[in-house]
Amino acid sequence: MEALLIEKENKSATPAIQVSGSVAVLEAFLAEGVDTVFGYPGGAIMPIYDALYDYNDKLKHILVRHEQGAIHAAQGFARVSGRTGVVFATSGPGATNLVTGLADAMIDSTPVVCITGQVFAHLLGTDAFQETDVINITTPVTKWNYQVTDATEIPAVLARAFYIAGSGRPGPVLIDITKNAQLQLFDYNGYQKCEHIRSYRPKPIVRKEYIQEAAQLINAAERPFVIFGQGVILGKAEKEFQKFIEKAGIPSAWTIMGMSAIPTDHPLGVGMLGMHGNYGPNVLTNECDVLIAVGMRFDDRVTGRLDKYAKQAKIIHLDIDPAEIDKNVKATVPVWGDCKETLPLLTELVEQKVYPKWLQLFKDYQQKEVEKVIQEELNPTGEVMTMGEVIKTLNELTKGDAVIVTDVGQHQMVACRYAKYNKSKSNITSGGLGTMGYALPAAIGAAYGDPSRTTIAIIGDGGFQMTLQELGTIMQFKPKVKIIILNNQFLGMVRQWQQLFHEKRYSFVDITSPDFVQVAKGFGIPGKSISKREELKTSLQEMLEQDGSFLLEIMVGKENNVFPMVPQGRGVAECVLCREEI
Amino acid sequence: MTKQEYTITVYTENQIGLLNRIAIIFSRRKINIESLNTSPSEVDSVHRFTIVINETEDVVRKLCRQIEKQVEVLKAYYNTNDEIVWQELAMYKVPTEVIASSVKVERLLREHGAHTVVIRKDYTVFAVAGQREETDKLIKVLEPYNLIEFVRSARIAIIKASDGFHEKLKEFEYREPGEDAIENEFLNENEKVFSM
Repeated sequence: MEALLIEKENKSATPAIQVSGSVAVLEAFLAEGVDTVFGYPGGAIMPIYDALYDYNDKLKHILVRHEQGAIHAAQGFARVSGRTGVVFATSGPGATNLVTGLADAMIDSTPVVCITGQVFAHLLGTDAFQETDVINITTPVTKWNYQVTDATEIPAVLARAFYIAGSGRPGPVLIDITKNAQLQLFDYNGYQKCEHIRSYRPKPIVRKEYIQEAAQLINAAERPFVIFGQGVILGKAEKEFQKFIEKAGIPSAWTIMGMSAIPTDHPLGVGMLGMHGNYGPNVLTNECDVLIAVGMRFDDRVTGRLDKYAKQAKIIHLDIDPAEIDKNVKATVPVWGDCKETLPLLTELVEQKVYPKWLQLFKDYQQKEVEKVIQEELNPTGEVMTMGEVIKTLNELTKGDAVIVTDVGQHQMVACRYAKYNKSKSNITSGGLGTMGYALPAAIGAAYGDPSRTTIAIIGDGGFQMTLQELGTIMQFKPKVKIIILNNQFLGMVRQWQQLFHEKRYSFVDITSPDFVQVAKGFGIPGKSISKREELKTSLQEMLEQDGSFLLEIMVGKENNVFPMVPQGRGVAECVLCREEI
Repeated sequence: MTKQEYTITVYTENQIGLLNRIAIIFSRRKINIESLNTSPSEVDSVHRFTIVINETEDVVRKLCRQIEKQVEVLKAYYNTNDEIVWQELAMYKVPTEVIASSVKVERLLREHGAHTVVIRKDYTVFAVAGQREETDKLIKVLEPYNLIEFVRSARIAIIKASDGFHEKLKEFEYREPGEDAIENEFLNENEKVFSM
């Protein structure tokens, strides 16, 4: 590694100037096109913050209220903008506070580069003040991490960090820089982007023979079914994907992470997969003859019980990460590669087709779901409001143009089930890790990721209390974040499970909340709390029309459940529509 | 599928922390590493891990893919015992007086191919290179003669069908790696090196 770094630096022809390691970090950011950094200063990262003082005009630094907020904000930024999010944190507690966000970014493949300060190199391993072994703590939750103890390494290491975070299957990278390296002056030869690491292959070579095999299977299929994940969005292959399904005429369902890659009202879009996904796509997974999985990883929340998952189908799996192929579901034909490259090749070989009868089957199931679940959820006859009607009303007002950031739990499932999207990168949520407290900071990041769009955070009363200190960040920097708290006065999803599977033994799910409107007011954010249906539309309108942030608390039914549901341990075909069916 | 002994050979960059990155792939899945050795390889600057585990082929294949996914790993191969030539080194410390006084011990050591590493007045150290059963056997034999200390190294293994890593490395160094660098296990060609 060291030999490689030295070789790289020698190639540059720019005459050397003396700079500090800290300046080299900031120069690397500028060269990588970074304009926004989320962070929190501290002892071991002070030299970088000192250098940042002079970069105020080029780099926007958002001071969060907790490092977890910084990394979630960087994630939200990355997910909306399609660029790499950047974080600063200090050593010790600053670094360990990043761990949840790193794990979240790892499992959801979000490109993030975190720079952590570290104690002086000579103090490493001495239990110095705010020293923690951040490299070893973060190894399982980073795509790559590296400790810099010598400033001369910084340009090449940061070039690698950005290259690794953003290429192939993206992920979080952490660079730990000792304080002496931040202070050290060295001959700086300029910054060169990294384009190749010999031991790292971001994109596997596309094997034409598998594309041909896949096309043959698709062309011979009678009931083909496409399921797609975030890979389509991360691969910036939305158009290629849409062309593929439109030519092949195949009904397509999204995972929670793949949502918004195609407009939610696309004629071939049949809904969401998974534990609380739509009825048709779940049940019909076990009736298709060819299952084409694009940029998704067969998470257990999507597959339910594996030995009852699509056993009748031939499976074509397109993924950029070779380790995903055959990991959970055995592929008949593996098409590994970047789907931006593989999809057009496949589209060329598939025949133009339509499957009206097969597509109708999805519609029939949808109709059943409407009758048993959706109708009542969106147009409740009861007095109390449902989460579903909030989302429906929001759809009417945003017309599907907003970025919706959700937290974790019932409100997340309901929002993802009913929200309408016209544009890709509109659904930001913690999918794999299920991190409560994600939404508020992620929405702050999302607002910086694309300031031209309306950012709406939808959060439960529980999750909001996990990171509500980030209201301080909103107060100070004024990103326009619309906050909707769907308050059911319970930790709703756990309560639902306790009701359904633990004989209604409600163990510590009854959560008391502060007066959220007063809390927001304390942070200088206007707000409102409503519990009546008549106020819903006007209040949402008021929230959207507010020039700036707004907090709207909506009291919803306390013991409403999210259905359909594939109960844990059951197959996707055993998806149930109501409590009685469990 | 039944569990059996597999030897995983990993070619990597020489990087601090990589040992941990590889080790946690096993510990995360609660898989015990029977033996682990790191050494230089036939190629300058490329490091070689030799890891032995007892698992089913399906699990071993997935593990290898997770290993290859690490940024600094070039390639991971897995092989059954009959696809490799392998050895371990064992050392035995016994009191010198026993060796000197017993003709039988000398004969036993000769039979087991042990060679003397050091002779001191108080003790003598022998070494044997061989497979597990062979080195185990000698422990049993020496136990009655006051075996003072015993240690065995990790397994090292040569893959019978391998042509070495020199040619393969060139593929990795190209900006666009050739087909060979991206061996596809779905072809399951077991002819040459069985690569994951």
